[in-house]
Amino acid sequence: MGIMEILMIIVPTTLLWAAPLIFTALGGTFSERSGVINIGLEGLMVIGAFTAIVFNLSFADVLGAWTPWVSLLVAMLAGVIFSAIHAVASITFRADQTVSGVAINLLAVGVTLFLVKFIYDKGQTDIIQESFSKIDIPLLSDIPFIGPIFFSNTYYTSFVAIIFAVVAWYVIYKTKFGLRLRSVGEHPMAADTMGINVTKMRYYGVLLSGALGGIGGGVYAQAISSDFGHATISGQGFMALAAMIFGKWHPLGAMGAAIFFGFAQSLSIIGSSLPLLENIPNVYLLVAPYVLTIIALTGFIGRADAPKASGVPYVKENR
Amino acid sequence: MEMSNRMQNILIPIIAVLLGIIVGTILMIVTGYDAIAGFIALWNGAFGDVYFFGETVRQIIPYILAGLAVAFAFKTGLFNIGVEGQLIVGWLAAVWVGVAFELPKIIHLPLAVLAAALAGAIWAFIPGFLKAQYRVHEVIVTIMLNYTALHITNYIIRTKLSEGSDSSDPIAETASLRSPLLESLTDYSRMHWGIVIAIIAVIIMWFILEKTTRGFELKAVGLNQHASNYAGMNVKKNIILSMVISGVFAGLAGAMEGLGTFGYAAVKSGFTGVGFDGIAVALLGANSPIGIVLAAILFGSLKVGALNMPLEAGVPNELVDIIIALIVFFVASSYMIRLLIRKINKKGVK
Repeated sequence: MGIMEILMIIVPTTLLWAAPLIFTALGGTFSERSGVINIGLEGLMVIGAFTAIVFNLSFADVLGAWTPWVSLLVAMLAGVIFSAIHAVASITFRADQTVSGVAINLLAVGVTLFLVKFIYDKGQTDIIQESFSKIDIPLLSDIPFIGPIFFSNTYYTSFVAIIFAVVAWYVIYKTKFGLRLRSVGEHPMAADTMGINVTKMRYYGVLLSGALGGIGGGVYAQAISSDFGHATISGQGFMALAAMIFGKWHPLGAMGAAIFFGFAQSLSIIGSSLPLLENIPNVYLLVAPYVLTIIALTGFIGRADAPKASGVPYVKENR
Repeated sequence: MEMSNRMQNILIPIIAVLLGIIVGTILMIVTGYDAIAGFIALWNGAFGDVYFFGETVRQIIPYILAGLAVAFAFKTGLFNIGVEGQLIVGWLAAVWVGVAFELPKIIHLPLAVLAAALAGAIWAFIPGFLKAQYRVHEVIVTIMLNYTALHITNYIIRTKLSEGSDSSDPIAETASLRSPLLESLTDYSRMHWGIVIAIIAVIIMWFILEKTTRGFELKAVGLNQHASNYAGMNVKKNIILSMVISGVFAGLAGAMEGLGTFGYAAVKSGFTGVGFDGIAVALLGANSPIGIVLAAILFGSLKVGALNMPLEAGVPNELVDIIIALIVFFVASSYMIRLLIRKINKKGVK
C-alpha cells in the first residue's frame, strides 16, 4: 500500500470521527470560558443523538435528502433546552457545577432510553435511511494530490465543524460578546463592576454548549452510528471535554486536539489493516487521548490553565 | 422562627427524594403508564419476596462502598469522579488473584480482597499525586483515568486472563465471597458475604474521620487548605492520602463484583455505573457514614426493584434512572430547597 492510498483512507476517517468531537469541544469552550464547568457534555451529546435519530426516522419521508440537516437543527434545539437545566441549577441555584454535570449525564441516559422504549417499544431505534453520506466535494476534490486526500470520500459535516471552530475563535476573541464572556469566566466581580451581567453571560455560555453538544451528538448519530441505543454515545462527550482541555480552552486548539483524537480513534479502528500498525495493540491508541490529556495538564507539554473563575458560582452579595 | 441548620440538613435529602418521586410520577402519568402499578411493581421487585430482597442487598453492597469512596474524598475537598475506574481495576485485580493462585481460603480470599483495595489505591494515587504536586484538577484526571482503566482492563482480560476471549475463567472457590447459606436463605439470589466487608468499611470510615488525628487533619484540609497549612499540617500529604483511602473503598467495591456477584471479569463495552451512582449515594447521604448506608439502601432498592417494572407494569426501568438523576439535581440545588423552606416558614409565622 502506497503512502497516497494510506492517506486517502486515514484522512477522511479521521475527519469523520473528529467532527462530533470538534462541535462538542467548542461547546465546552463556550461554557468554561464563561466560568461554568460542563461535565454534562456527554449527556448533551446523548440528547442530541437521540433527538436527531427520532426526528430523522419520523420525517425522512417528507424531507428526503435534507433530513439529516434538519434533524441536526432539531438536535441543537434539544441540546439548548436540556442544557438550560444545568444552567438553572449551577448558575441560579448555585449547585456544585460538577455534581450538576454528573446529574445531566445520568438524566440524559435515563430520559432518552425511557423515551425510546415509550415510542418504539424496544431498547434501540431502527437504522435511519437518510444519513450523512460520503461525498466528493465539487471542484475542491479535483485539485491534484490534495483533492483526493482531503476532499474525496468525505463528509460535509467535517468541514462545517472546522468552519464552526474558526467562527467560535472569532466570536470569543474578536467580538464584544467574546470579551464579555471571557471576562465573567476570569474575574466575574470585575466584570460585574463594569456593568456586565454575569448571570446572563453565563447562561449564554451554557446554552451555547448545549447547542453545540446537541449538534455533536446529532452528527455522531447520523454519520457514524445510524441508530440510537444505550451504547450510542459512550465516552465521546468526555473525549470532547479532553479535547477542550488539551486545546487549552481555545477554539482552534480544541479543534486541533479533536482532530488528533479523531485520528487516534480512527487508527484504533482501521489500524489493523495498515502496514506497520497491525502489530501494535490498539489499546495504546484507545487510551492515547486520555493519557495525553493528563500529561498536558501536568505541564510537561506547556501548561494548560482553566479560566480562573471556572467552577465558582458568582454570588453578588459576597462582593 | 428560623429552622435550625441541623433540621434543614435532614429535611433537604427527604424533600429531594420526594421531589424526584413526584416528577417521576408525573412523567409516568404524562406518558400514559399506570403510575400506581409501576410503584407496586417497583416495591415488589425490591422486597416482594426473599429472592428480590437478597438481590437488593447484593446491589446495596457495592453502593455503600462506592458511596464511602466518593464521600471520603469529599471530606478533604476532593471530587473523586474516578470511583468507576478504581472499581474496575479493583475488580480485575481481585479476579486475577482469584484465578492465578491455589491457596487455602483463609489466605486466598483476604489476598484477593487486598489486591482489589491495592489496585484501587494505586489508581487513585495518580490523581492525588498530580493534584498535590502539580495542582492539576482531580475531576479531569479521574475522568480520563476512568476510560484508561476501561480500555486497559479490557485488554488485560483479552490477552492475560484469557486467550482472546471476552471473559476470564471463574475464580477459584477459595477466593469467592459467595455463600451457600445466604443464597439458600434468599431463594438462590446472589447475596454474598461482601455485606460484612461493607459494614466494616462504614465503621472504619467513621472511625478514621471522627476518632483519629489523621481524620481531623483530612477534614481540616477540606475546610481550609491555607489554615491547615498554617497550623503545620502537610496539605499535600493529606490530599494524596485522602485519594488513596477513597481508592481503597472503590477497589473494594470492585472486589464485591468480582469475588461476590459475578465471580469472573468480562470485557466491558461501557461503565458499570456503580461508581457514578456512588456520587448520588454520597451526595444524598451528606457524606456521613450512616447517611451513606441509608442512601445506598434507597438507591439499591430502586435499582433492583426497577427491573421488575417492565415485567409487572410495563413501565421502562429507566424511570428509576431518571428519578435518581433528579434526586441528585435537587440535592445539588439545595439552595433552592432552602429558599423554599424559608418561604414556607415565613408564611407559617404570619
